[in-house]
Amino acid sequence: MNPVEVFSLKKHYGDLKAVDGISFTVNEGEVFGLLGPNGAGKTTTIEILEGLRKRDEGTVKVLGLDPWGNGYELHRKIGVIPQEFTFFEKTSPREAISYYADLFGINVDPDEILKEVLLEDSAKNLFENLSGGQKQKMGLALSLVNSPDLLFLDEPTTGLDPTARRAIWEVIRGLKKKGKTVILTTHYLDEAQQLSDRVAIMNHGHIVAMGTSDEIIEAHGSGERLEIHGSEQLAAYVQANTDLRVEYDKDKSLISATLSKKIDALAALAAVEQSGLDWGEIQTRRDSLDDVFVKLVRGMVDEQGEIAVESNNNKSSGKRRN
Amino acid sequence: MISDLRVFGRGYLRNRVGLFFGLIFPVILIGIFGAIFSGGSSGTITVYAQNQDTGPFPTPQMDIASQFLSALNSSGTIQVITVANSENFSKYLADHSVSDGIIVPTDFSANYLTLRQVNVTVYGNPTSSTSGIVSGTVNGAANYFNLQLFNGSSVIGLMQTTVNTQQTKYIDFLIPGLVGFSILVSPMFSLVNISSEYKKIKLFKQLSLTPLTKMEWLMSKVIWYIFLSAVSFLLMVAVGVFAYGANVTLTLWLIPFLVLGPMLFASLGMLVGTVTKSIETAGIIGNIVTFPMMFLSGTFFPISIMPQYLQSIAHVLPLFYIIEGLNAVMVYANYGQALIDIAVVTVITLAIFVAAAKLFKWRED
Repeated sequence: MNPVEVFSLKKHYGDLKAVDGISFTVNEGEVFGLLGPNGAGKTTTIEILEGLRKRDEGTVKVLGLDPWGNGYELHRKIGVIPQEFTFFEKTSPREAISYYADLFGINVDPDEILKEVLLEDSAKNLFENLSGGQKQKMGLALSLVNSPDLLFLDEPTTGLDPTARRAIWEVIRGLKKKGKTVILTTHYLDEAQQLSDRVAIMNHGHIVAMGTSDEIIEAHGSGERLEIHGSEQLAAYVQANTDLRVEYDKDKSLISATLSKKIDALAALAAVEQSGLDWGEIQTRRDSLDDVFVKLVRGMVDEQGEIAVESNNNKSSGKRRN
Repeated sequence: MISDLRVFGRGYLRNRVGLFFGLIFPVILIGIFGAIFSGGSSGTITVYAQNQDTGPFPTPQMDIASQFLSALNSSGTIQVITVANSENFSKYLADHSVSDGIIVPTDFSANYLTLRQVNVTVYGNPTSSTSGIVSGTVNGAANYFNLQLFNGSSVIGLMQTTVNTQQTKYIDFLIPGLVGFSILVSPMFSLVNISSEYKKIKLFKQLSLTPLTKMEWLMSKVIWYIFLSAVSFLLMVAVGVFAYGANVTLTLWLIPFLVLGPMLFASLGMLVGTVTKSIETAGIIGNIVTFPMMFLSGTFFPISIMPQYLQSIAHVLPLFYIIEGLNAVMVYANYGQALIDIAVVTVITLAIFVAAAKLFKWRED
């Protein structure tokens, strides 16, 4: 049994389809990233999994339990950092951990947990005096109090500076090493790529791509290509003297030849040399997750998963819950 | 629930503003009202007097005008300050921003001794509480002098007392009112604020991810404010008794009011914060509910001095029954009345507590 199994999940707010029939599973011990822009439906999805929201349709099993009907049982087994974690202002991280331990009826060493989340130096500082990064670390610490095997981290680094973000990443990597299963929502591509074993890209309540970063790039990216800085004349020469598909970007003076196999690069380079025309920098390149994400999220995705033209209709609504 | 109570209590004690309004402010109120009404001043009213009767007097005993002013001075109620006859008396009073004054006319003594009608002029402001006292004192002195003239003596006397078996002072009536004030203000404002703020910053949602139930959370707040109100009560009584010599009856009959009161207003605050959509609206509704109750329930003055329609309004305010009950127990020892008030407060408290607990949500659908 997988820790999380979701099938045809739907949640509507009036006419707004916040989550519109998504299905996925999360494997034990993996970090699963839910990636998407604001309003994509990530937080609604994660809150349904946590038992904080009622779903309209579909099947959801978290650690074998239906989250909505079994919240209290489930909450003893999972750890959660909600989006924009906050706490009682006059309470220190050490006191907060003891408080949670009391609520869960367990004995823990607060200092050990604080060390795990790299917050031991601020153990006695009141929450109101902690920095944004320290507050998120305290949230992480509280999510670990009941030693959960499954953690939900909802945008744990949003609004943090790069140093604080990397510190949180270290903590999440530490959790993965311990074999914890983590569901991470984020709208930062680098975060998803750095931390996740698998990623689901959400947009407008749908999962538009899912798999490892390589699988998503393979499925939705434009493949490997040779990029040469040169004139339109050179582009025409390469096109005429090879079997390659060549595109030319006038603005960047960039020739782009699609490589179906690596050896195709040699044919392209030979044509460039034979042309006698000037050329500049040459590099091979393939789409990054970033490129794919921009295409999938900003562009219109049709039923076949093909990317159509960019459309304003596809931009996320400010009213959408995420 | 105990751990939640501990964390909340610790946070409360670290919050100086909450601590001030919860414990210190009611004590300051007792101090201020006690100082105003429990003496400390001479208790006499300063009255300017112009004695226009300058004689001549064949013997000092025939200077009745001076004797009359001396009699007023020794009444213990007013203190006479003589104004020179060269002054324009009305202007003098206006220049000194006072309204109470007496003019003893020319030939006052001669007219008195020859049994001719003579009037003392008393200046006063009808809206001032001191004017009646000055008129009454002058009238009393005039009657005394009239009786003396005929060697008469008073037959009917006056003995002042209060309805209780012991001497009752204003501070004794004030303490139950201010205890009621403290029971209302601290839990009410605090829970309005907490419930609306926690909802906004999604702290309730976060707490719902722990084994803590919303009923346990609410009960821990109720218990905290019962504890806080008890401490506040003891502080107010201590200041009243030791600083102003208040007579306070401490009895087990107080317990229902000190338990139900904070429970009622903590629940009411919770209800207001729950049904309103923003912190700002919650604050406004909280004030609309609290302030009329604060002034119309007999907190600072008895409701019997208010117009009938305001008294009718007072009877639908829950704080009225708490203050009436506290007065019944602490001042009048009227336990029959207290029992009725306890019954009314119990019903209101349970209704509001159940409504607050039902409507208050940990999580969204």
